[in-house]
Amino acid sequence: MLTLENVSVNYGAIEALTDISLTVNQGEVVTLIGANGAGKTTTLRTITSLLEPRIGRVMFEGKEISAIPTHKLLPMGIAMSPEGRGVFANLTVRENLEMGAYIRKDKKGIADDMERGFTLFPRLKEREKQKAGTLSGGEQQMVAMARAMMSRPRLLLLDEPSLGLAPLLVHTIFEAIDEIRAEGTTILLVEQNANAALHHSDRAYVLETGRIVMEGDSKQLAADPRVKEAYLGE
Amino acid sequence: MDTFVQQLINGLTIGSIYALIALGYTMVYGILRLINFAHGDIYMVGAYAGFILATSLGFAANPSAFGFVVTLVGAMAIAAGIGMAIERFAYRPVRKFSKMTTLITAIGMSLLIEYLFVFIFSGTPRSFPQLITNDNYTLFGNATISTSQILIFVVSILLMILLQYIIFYTKIGKAMRAVSFNLNSAKLMGINTNFVIAFTFALGSALAAAGGVLTAQYNPKIEPLMGIITGLKAFVAAVLGGIGNIPGAVLGGLLIGAAETLVVGYGSAIGIPSTYRDAVAFAILILVLLVRPAGLLGSNVQEKV
Repeated sequence: MLTLENVSVNYGAIEALTDISLTVNQGEVVTLIGANGAGKTTTLRTITSLLEPRIGRVMFEGKEISAIPTHKLLPMGIAMSPEGRGVFANLTVRENLEMGAYIRKDKKGIADDMERGFTLFPRLKEREKQKAGTLSGGEQQMVAMARAMMSRPRLLLLDEPSLGLAPLLVHTIFEAIDEIRAEGTTILLVEQNANAALHHSDRAYVLETGRIVMEGDSKQLAADPRVKEAYLGE
Repeated sequence: MDTFVQQLINGLTIGSIYALIALGYTMVYGILRLINFAHGDIYMVGAYAGFILATSLGFAANPSAFGFVVTLVGAMAIAAGIGMAIERFAYRPVRKFSKMTTLITAIGMSLLIEYLFVFIFSGTPRSFPQLITNDNYTLFGNATISTSQILIFVVSILLMILLQYIIFYTKIGKAMRAVSFNLNSAKLMGINTNFVIAFTFALGSALAAAGGVLTAQYNPKIEPLMGIITGLKAFVAAVLGGIGNIPGAVLGGLLIGAAETLVVGYGSAIGIPSTYRDAVAFAILILVLLVRPAGLLGSNVQEKV
């Protein structure tokens, strides 16, 4: 479904990604784990055309998308919950979700999906008319995910959804990821919380200083001594 | 007391015009963090567009409410188009460069518009045709209010209500707020941010043009450099209210207008000659920057260009 072919990305003279190749197949949850600054967010920003690859290409369903402007990717079926959540703090929760459905015109479908979002995260229903800026970090993450789901994407990109959240909320977020997956959405999950990410995904890539150093089945990687030592703190 | 009421009415009249222009400064700043120095000139362009429409369509000879509305709406539409063209061809190409580059571009754009109009229409002031019958109404005491002043209040208020409606209740308005808060997140929502930015310029330019046509009914002398000082005062109004803040722009405009005419009315009593009226706004600007840089309604200290 999504393929990165030998992608290298620069920030000015500094190479942030070196020769990245990865694949996400339909129906999978694939995770990209790595330390801070390894290039995880850069990878997602490249997929969504917020950054341009210096070499290599990004393919989505057989079509090269490297040069397609960001706002045209959503209609193709790619949605993202960005780094730092990126909620519109000056808009209410409901308006944030409406923005997620910006490209849609079917009022009924939008209303249904908004209800679905509220079922996924009942907390948001209570906060519906509140400005998103007044919510807690965990609630903002729920807004970001529910908002991304409002376009009924086929591929959902999640950038560190559990970052800075209390353990209970991390649990809520990962349960939501399982649910979204069960509804048939393909997910590429970028995480620092390798433990949770490996338990809620099918396959994983390990990123270190802009290179993929390991890849494979999530369960096997979770059992790999090198991964255990470097990322699972065992 | 009569003088006070009179000066207040006059002050709120020009203050409404400042407010209309300040809205454009503040909206563009909110969305692009750009001080669009050419915005004051759009006010002038609006007045000239109205002048051309009114004279060429024959409204000048037969004043009527219909003629006024057509002139007003026509001038707003023309200015909106010009505002979008400026954004598309001057600001968009330099958007990815430094703030200084865009700022210099804006100053250059301002000079270009001013002297292009001097070139086309000459620097000689023109007299804007009276499109409505201008009567004076006596309020309590000796204070009077003219038809053109009432028109300024009514049209400004209607336009501000319309703007409020667009920003808070329409899809494009919500997109404007989303873009102003987080450009990249907005792109990820499938929002064509270039279109939203162009729309913001159109909206701001239309309001400034309305200010131009309304002013020309109140004070019919128009000339190509009329936007400089009025534009600067409107900019000060936007800063006073808190740049990027829409109600702040309106409040700032009304306060600057009132302060200006009160100096004319009472300044001499405390040793400020009435010729200092243009200095008032800038004295206020210095005070605001010293005491409350975020402006009256601004919540936090904003990034400066």
